Amino acid sequence: MSQSPAPVPFIDALRDAADLRLPGSGLAWLDAARRENLEAFIAAGLPDTRAEAWKYTALRALGQRRFALGDAQATGHLVDPHALALPGIDGPRLVFVNGVFRADLSRLETLSQGLTLQPLSKVLQNDPEPLRFALSRHYREAGDAFARLNAALAGDGVVLRVAPGARIGKPVHLCFVGTPAQGDVAWHVRNVIEVGEGAELNLVEHHLATASHKHLGTLVSDIVVHDGAKLHHALLQNAGEESTLIRRGSVHLGAKAQAMMHVLEIGGTLVRHDLHAELRGDGARFDTRGVFVLRGRQHIDTQLSIRHQALNTASESIWRGVADERARGVFRGAIVVAEGADGSDASLNNKNLLLSPLAEIDTKPELEIYADEVKAAHGATVGQLDERALFYLRSRGLPRAEARALLTAAFCRAVFTALPNETLRDHFSDALLAHLP
Amino acid sequence: MLKIENLHARVEGKDILKGLTLTVNPGEVHAIMGPNGAGKSTLGNVLSGRDGYEVTAGSVLFEGHDLLAQEPEDRAAAGVFLAFQYPVEIPGVNNTYFLRAALNAQRKRRGEAELDSMQFLKLVREKLKIMQISDELLHRAVNEGFSGGEKKRNEIFQMAVLEPKLAILDETDSGLDIDALKQVAQGVNALRSPDRAFLVITHYQRLLDYIEPDFVHVLADGRIVESGDKTLALKLEEHGYAWVAERDPALAGEAST
Repeated sequence: MSQSPAPVPFIDALRDAADLRLPGSGLAWLDAARRENLEAFIAAGLPDTRAEAWKYTALRALGQRRFALGDAQATGHLVDPHALALPGIDGPRLVFVNGVFRADLSRLETLSQGLTLQPLSKVLQNDPEPLRFALSRHYREAGDAFARLNAALAGDGVVLRVAPGARIGKPVHLCFVGTPAQGDVAWHVRNVIEVGEGAELNLVEHHLATASHKHLGTLVSDIVVHDGAKLHHALLQNAGEESTLIRRGSVHLGAKAQAMMHVLEIGGTLVRHDLHAELRGDGARFDTRGVFVLRGRQHIDTQLSIRHQALNTASESIWRGVADERARGVFRGAIVVAEGADGSDASLNNKNLLLSPLAEIDTKPELEIYADEVKAAHGATVGQLDERALFYLRSRGLPRAEARALLTAAFCRAVFTALPNETLRDHFSDALLAHLP
Repeated sequence: MLKIENLHARVEGKDILKGLTLTVNPGEVHAIMGPNGAGKSTLGNVLSGRDGYEVTAGSVLFEGHDLLAQEPEDRAAAGVFLAFQYPVEIPGVNNTYFLRAALNAQRKRRGEAELDSMQFLKLVREKLKIMQISDELLHRAVNEGFSGGEKKRNEIFQMAVLEPKLAILDETDSGLDIDALKQVAQGVNALRSPDRAFLVITHYQRLLDYIEPDFVHVLADGRIVESGDKTLALKLEEHGYAWVAERDPALAGEAST
């Protein structure tokens, strides 16, 4: 007689999830997609470290926790709008608190010509049909657990479209706020972003917390950058220090499309970021610049994968990781230059700094090339602060902690020199410095 | 100002300083000369507090306080400055930013008001005149891509800005051509004052043509074996370090290397 497996509280808490009334409930195609994804998630459970994609990130502890299915009070929490502001960012803003859209905190009055920006909850009410394809997806890989969960339970998010040829001057600010609620909440956000042919968009994604909480947030973002379009995406992840945040982004680029992402990860206790880019059109370019700075027992796992599928495509990825105390960082950078993507140029560089003997960073660059005349370079290192430099600074009068911070900031700084908005660049530097112990 | 008594120090288990005694008063310039391996750089490193140097006996008092008990940053704030033999390149850290942070950290430690960027800029302009250093160097990362001469001039420039009471120049002349050497010496001379002392560590007499010492000491096998005025340096130049060894047979083996 086979023994039934021990109950997993995380899964147990989803027992009644199928009966939830979410925005869009009642739409037959959406109900079906949600139900199927929920069933698939429950059947497969949380991935364990035997799954390659989760090798360095154990979810056992998460599996033992029970989260409330959303936050019924999300529209009532007091949030100071000033706390959401980022210096130099004064354009349209979409704010979500514990995963729920907050009209009172958002700024949607004066949208530029060609920009459509709405919360998913509203789009599902008014005009869901264009999202049918995006929201009917089935995720098949074992590593896709959270994408399934998100597809099953996301009721809100960002729907953003830039019309072909439109150049959106002011950055669009997407703000995800975590705030304490009754119990630990799991919230799920789904973003659909499209930059039309020849259009330009500046996006600033900001995760933050009003106070400490232990929520779980999942975000799935699908971004399409059409032919000749340009996207700049800056992401400041400063989520609650005890929160869990799981993000999955996919970026598809058309011919001569360009996307540049700047990522700074400092928040959360358990953070996972999957970023997958497909360069589908000839001459497409995808660049990422990222830094993660960890302390305490933070665990951040970044999984970057880039697929060159067309002629003369280019990607450049520069990432820095810093871990202090007992923190653990994981970085996987996988680049595939597929057959036919001749003349492509791919480079990946990941350097990491351990500030404590108990900290750990695992880095794994992977490069697969199936095309001709490809330029490719990748490198990854894990090291410590240069003791000679540290002594040099101290011998000039800088206390040890200040000297360490100065060297650590210098280690990371080069990554953000290309951030176009100078005020935001300074803010990134300040946030990074403030997070150093 | 500086009182070193019977200092013994070891590096990686090897005894390097073996009973060094030296007193430096305000306003004096002392040259420490000696063959390779005599312990010259070890002396500079021990005084500035570098890790890896174990003091096994003796004492160092700086203005009456135990210098060896202090962290490197505290020694700097107390007024001790080491011009490195090999200044470290620090990519990503702006030279000016670093120097202002260092100066303000020292001032803070001494209970003095920190300088704002305008005040600091004014100070830097004054010191630039003394050092004849191009202000382009100030905007670069600390020592990054600097030539040998630029690195050494940058050391002296830092010294000018930080205004230490005791400056230790560790083989500042090494690797410099004659023009760079003159510039460095000129900078040092401009900083000589009745309340500032210098410890000039060098292998060659050449530097002392430009920085005139009040005292010259010969360091051999971890001890000062000969002291005198500037003419001692000339004698050494003429006769080589073997001359000292001949006067002290115990050192014969050292000096021949």
